[in-house]
Amino acid sequence: MTDAILTATFHKQFSGGPEIVAKDLRLGGGITVLFGESGSGKTTILRCLAGLEIPDAGEICFGHEIWFQKSGKIFAPPQRRHIGFVPQDYALFPHLTVTGNVGYGLNDLSAAERAARVAESLRWLGLDGFENRLPQELSGGQQQRVALARAVVRHPKLLLLDEPLAALDTPTRLRLRGELRQLLRQLGIPTILVTHDRFEAFALGDQMVVMADGRNQQSGPVTEVFNRPANLAVAHIAGTETVLPARVLKVADGIVTVAVGDVKLVAVLADFPADATEVHVCIRADDVMLVADALLGASARNRFSATVVAVECDGPLLRVELDCGFPLKALITPQAAAEMKLKPRAAVGVLVKAPQVHLIPFAR
Amino acid sequence: MSGVEWQLVGFSLRMALASLLLILPVGLALAWWLARKEWRGKAVVETLVSLPLVLPPVVTGLVLLQLFGRRGSVGSWLHNTFNLDVVFTWRGVVIALAAMSLPLFVRAARTAFEEVDVKFEQLARTLGAGEWRVFFTITLPLARRGVLAGTLLAFARALGEFGATIMVAGNIPGRTTTLPVAIYQAVENGEDAHAWTLAGVSAVSAFAAVFISEKLQRRRK
Repeated sequence: MTDAILTATFHKQFSGGPEIVAKDLRLGGGITVLFGESGSGKTTILRCLAGLEIPDAGEICFGHEIWFQKSGKIFAPPQRRHIGFVPQDYALFPHLTVTGNVGYGLNDLSAAERAARVAESLRWLGLDGFENRLPQELSGGQQQRVALARAVVRHPKLLLLDEPLAALDTPTRLRLRGELRQLLRQLGIPTILVTHDRFEAFALGDQMVVMADGRNQQSGPVTEVFNRPANLAVAHIAGTETVLPARVLKVADGIVTVAVGDVKLVAVLADFPADATEVHVCIRADDVMLVADALLGASARNRFSATVVAVECDGPLLRVELDCGFPLKALITPQAAAEMKLKPRAAVGVLVKAPQVHLIPFAR
Repeated sequence: MSGVEWQLVGFSLRMALASLLLILPVGLALAWWLARKEWRGKAVVETLVSLPLVLPPVVTGLVLLQLFGRRGSVGSWLHNTFNLDVVFTWRGVVIALAAMSLPLFVRAARTAFEEVDVKFEQLARTLGAGEWRVFFTITLPLARRGVLAGTLLAFARALGEFGATIMVAGNIPGRTTTLPVAIYQAVENGEDAHAWTLAGVSAVSAFAAVFISEKLQRRRK
């Protein structure tokens, strides 16, 4: 993220709560997912960026504007930040119709212009026909779209969405996930989206910032963060299924050989610290391939013979627990499992590509 | 009812309405301030606002008499600057009624404001609205039932006020005499029929105001 439009370093603590820290937060265009478990401080960060909370100290800059600077006693209130904000429960004004809600932020336009802009955004979101409904007369999905329309109809410079899909039932959430992605793409407004859902992060984000223990831990493209967690906290939140301690045996030409117990693993890793002797090995379950015979397959892979310990359902996929000298988890389709006649105590071959083995050096 | 009685009722209604006009801006500001802000000395102001509810009305009247009399701090200023006299005029009636009914209004409006979720106000701010716009387009409309109920209570209280009124405005027939004062006078003079007619008018208007106020407050979620 070279050309950051928003840079922030601040901390905020509510009485009796943990300190929430944003350190060198740099956000560019596109959609940035602020990812973390509940209580990790992501909503507090978002509300500080919106100007709804005042940080205890630090600085928030957007473009050439200083939104907050403790030392300079600068605080731009939300009404001067020109943002669009969609809270988790949408906070639609209960006494105003859909038109009244969406047009609320356009009061500086003439009545005709305002009506045109509202109509345009309602059409865009497929809400025409609902102009005179009150919020409580709408379904959850419709409410979400009204909240989005109200936020974007002013053409804000920054869009802030707090768990935009969390208040919806599962079928609606899945349907709107793809839709939201498309809408945000069309808008092209820099967006920060808070979520605790991995699938949402994958589906909606270009970049992501992982929050844990009240601070931002890692930033980068979504797939990179998921595949290359910077520390154990991130690996845990990113849901890396296999995380095991290992010893470093050899580092040469970007290829790192480690030992998990007695089993050797090869990882391809740029900028691995030369002095690291102990690491955590991270392997995502969906990067593990199972084959009937361990001797088959291409070179430059980690191959093991393994015993199946357990097979259980994980949504449409099967989660397979293996013993290949160390415990390893794999995620495969039921078809593949049937083909290989996978069942507990069966022998199976395991392949893991070296670039998909990720290493986290022990905290120095 | 006789012409005098109609005049009395009309005068009392006008005075109560005038006191409402005085209360509304002050009371709304005070209620909002108490509901939304934290400041030093808030507890003192809270107590002062509610004091007329528990103080004997004649004591409140005495304090007002002292303040608004020609030698009082406010009264002398009003007299010298605007050539306005308060004590023993209809203005005194309005001031007395306002002071006595303000607490009821502020308490009701404050509760109504506190029941408005700040998330709506915060969202309005993210849509570019300043404090005044937020108040008039979000807070007040969402609190309207409670505020209206408080207005009616204050109005009913003003119609029935006796002690403070008689201290500040006295009993000048046709100029400062309100319904309750007239009822007292009528009983003093042994005009029981007259007293009962006026009492009936008082009871009906008080009943209507409280009935509607209760209804409004109960309809809030």
